[in-house]
Amino acid sequence: MKLTKLAAIAAVALTAASPVMAELVFPSLSYRTGAYAVGGIPFADGYADYMTLVNERDGGVGGVATRILECETGYNTAKGVECYEATKGEGALIYQPLSTGITYQLIPKASADGIPVHSMGYGRTSAANGKVFNWIFNYPANYWTGASAAINYFNAEDGGLSGKKVALVYHNSGYGKEPIRTLEELSKKHGYELMLVPVDHPGQEQKSQWLQIRQQKPDYVLLWGWGVMNQVAIQEAANIRFPMENMMGIWWSGAEADVIPAGEASNGYKALALTGVGNDYPVFADIQKYVVDAGKAAGAGDQIGTVPYNRGIYAAMLAVEAVKVAQAMHSTADITPAMMRDGMENLNIDEALMTALGMPNFGPTFSVSCENHGGPGLASVTQWDAAAGKWNVIAPFAAPDMDVIGPLIAEDSAAFAAENNITPACK
Amino acid sequence: MLYREAGEFKTSYSDDSQTFPITFDRSVFYITLIIAFAVVPFFVSSYMANAVLVPFLIWSIVAIGLNILTGYCGQVSLGTGGFMAVGAYACYKLMTSFPDLNIFFSVLLAGVVTAFVGVLFGLPSLRIKGFYLAVATLAAQFFLVWLFNKVPWFYNYSASGQITAPERTLFGIIITGPNTLPWAKYLFCLMIVVLVALVARNLTRGNLGRKWMAIRDMDIAAEIIGVNPLTAKLSAFAVSSFFIGIGGALFFSVYLGAVEVGEAFGINQSFIALFIIIIGGLGSIFGSFVGAAFIVLMPVLLKNIMVGVLEWPTDIAAHFEFIIVGGLIVTFLILEPHGLAQLWRVIKEKLRLWPFPH
Repeated sequence: MKLTKLAAIAAVALTAASPVMAELVFPSLSYRTGAYAVGGIPFADGYADYMTLVNERDGGVGGVATRILECETGYNTAKGVECYEATKGEGALIYQPLSTGITYQLIPKASADGIPVHSMGYGRTSAANGKVFNWIFNYPANYWTGASAAINYFNAEDGGLSGKKVALVYHNSGYGKEPIRTLEELSKKHGYELMLVPVDHPGQEQKSQWLQIRQQKPDYVLLWGWGVMNQVAIQEAANIRFPMENMMGIWWSGAEADVIPAGEASNGYKALALTGVGNDYPVFADIQKYVVDAGKAAGAGDQIGTVPYNRGIYAAMLAVEAVKVAQAMHSTADITPAMMRDGMENLNIDEALMTALGMPNFGPTFSVSCENHGGPGLASVTQWDAAAGKWNVIAPFAAPDMDVIGPLIAEDSAAFAAENNITPACK
Repeated sequence: MLYREAGEFKTSYSDDSQTFPITFDRSVFYITLIIAFAVVPFFVSSYMANAVLVPFLIWSIVAIGLNILTGYCGQVSLGTGGFMAVGAYACYKLMTSFPDLNIFFSVLLAGVVTAFVGVLFGLPSLRIKGFYLAVATLAAQFFLVWLFNKVPWFYNYSASGQITAPERTLFGIIITGPNTLPWAKYLFCLMIVVLVALVARNLTRGNLGRKWMAIRDMDIAAEIIGVNPLTAKLSAFAVSSFFIGIGGALFFSVYLGAVEVGEAFGINQSFIALFIIIIGGLGSIFGSFVGAAFIVLMPVLLKNIMVGVLEWPTDIAAHFEFIIVGGLIVTFLILEPHGLAQLWRVIKEKLRLWPFPH
């Protein structure tokens, strides 16, 4: 009992001491430890570096400084809840937890507390229906559009997937299971056979799964992994001599750290991408000048230009742009989470804006509306060049099969609305 | 001086055999209860409830459950996470199939379902013991998690396999779902903890508990003096799983609100539960609480000190947390192999004699 009281007193004292001044608070529920840190560290670095850049170069957003509130989750949902509770009282504007499990936790909680959640390319796909999920956004792309993009690419490359076999090697969790429903629907349309190969957390041991693939010889493999699971899967695929060009990862399975351990053998591996690759964009010069050279880089500063780092920058950029929209809409610089939500719902990213931000062609152009919190779902395809040690874009941003995905989103969001007594409406 | 039994005269058997025979103990117990029920709910913040008190209370329930099986009956179990999952999924199915059912009964019935599953997996304990039983219960852990991942009926065919707790009430007060007030969550868990602890305490003091302890201390001798190992072991599995199931149901419905079986009820949870009872003290209800406080609250406290006060980077703090908690576990086990409860017992013995130990 003694420890309880001690912890209680300490926790109360700590939560009570929060400073009060105008600032834009962005909680970063990061994971720099554990089996998923390989993706978590660069993303958190990118997110923090972009916010630092905005402060150093532009003096904040509309004159108000941004503040990153980092909290370590270890990709663990219970710790994610603890982080959410610890940070929400400090004026948190938006949550980007980079974890499907934590997103599922936050969807009901953040909706009740009135704080927007932006699950960029992860989370619950049917959150794209903004009439049911008023506070949840998942633009510019989600798992179902990703699944469709991968199938479309192979379909075009192969000249028809009819009679082919496609294997989905997935992380056996909510994250990995998300695309299954879409892939099943698409298999009816394209006539391929879907083979499901689950891999349990953390995925360091995949011998039996790849033996199964060697025996059943699928024509294509889709990889839906995260953290150490990716490296192991690509290494195992190389071990059974699975043709790398017939293997494609979702955007969470397409970072440098995933392919480098397999060395030359990973040459030709493909992955979907949400953003541009490399650091050949004007914004990186600014990051170098204002953040890295000033000694303000987050983490070790060695991740700049990697795929997850770029995604962190992109996520931060979308958040900052939404703040600008919200500030303009409500003509106040110090916005609330509710205003932030309005800003996100009226966000419009076009090429002129991207160029002005130093990110020409870095991401797709899109706009958000109340009906569509998911954006157009565009994704590009990249391929790993092991000799050069870099990703090359081999297919530009392309639209997914919304005829198939649209009804699925409507169906799943309707089920959620019925379960939780929500009347779909715009806010 | 303060803490002594001298001068306390018991005039009836019930007085003599009560849980807290010493007045000082008894009054501390009642004061704690009064503070917990009548003072804390008025001050509890959302963070305190969701990140500190509710997980502590739920882990205490789970630890009491495991302590009955392992601490009192001597059957080592590594299936705690799996049994918690049974409780959680049973609670989810009850909540969604019978929306009008009171949440209290959903949780209770989830415990009953888990008790049945526990008895089923307890059957091997009649033939095997020790490490071999640990491996058999480990099989339960993996089988149950696999089952809830594999069969879509358990998660109502949702796309991601996640289960989400709908809003349910007790006497018109919301207990589950995102709109729950912190004090409601806290009080609901506290009420169940107190019930569970009272039941467990009285079971272990009675006929059944003595049978369990006889089996634990020497099963052959117990059999010779007339303890039926079948009923003793299976009743331990049933009661233990009932409590663990209640813990799992609360873990899902009140604490997290949405879970994914592999992550929320994986092998890690089994280990945490086992650590709690080993650190707290095997065969002690009080130890279950202290152990839960140590394992659940210490990381939160350390994190708040290192990140909140010292402002260390979050990753360094997370690594230090492992080192410090690990170091403390080793230290405590070296200083007192029988757990924190034994440490407390020793302190009490010393207090009785203080200040004249000779």
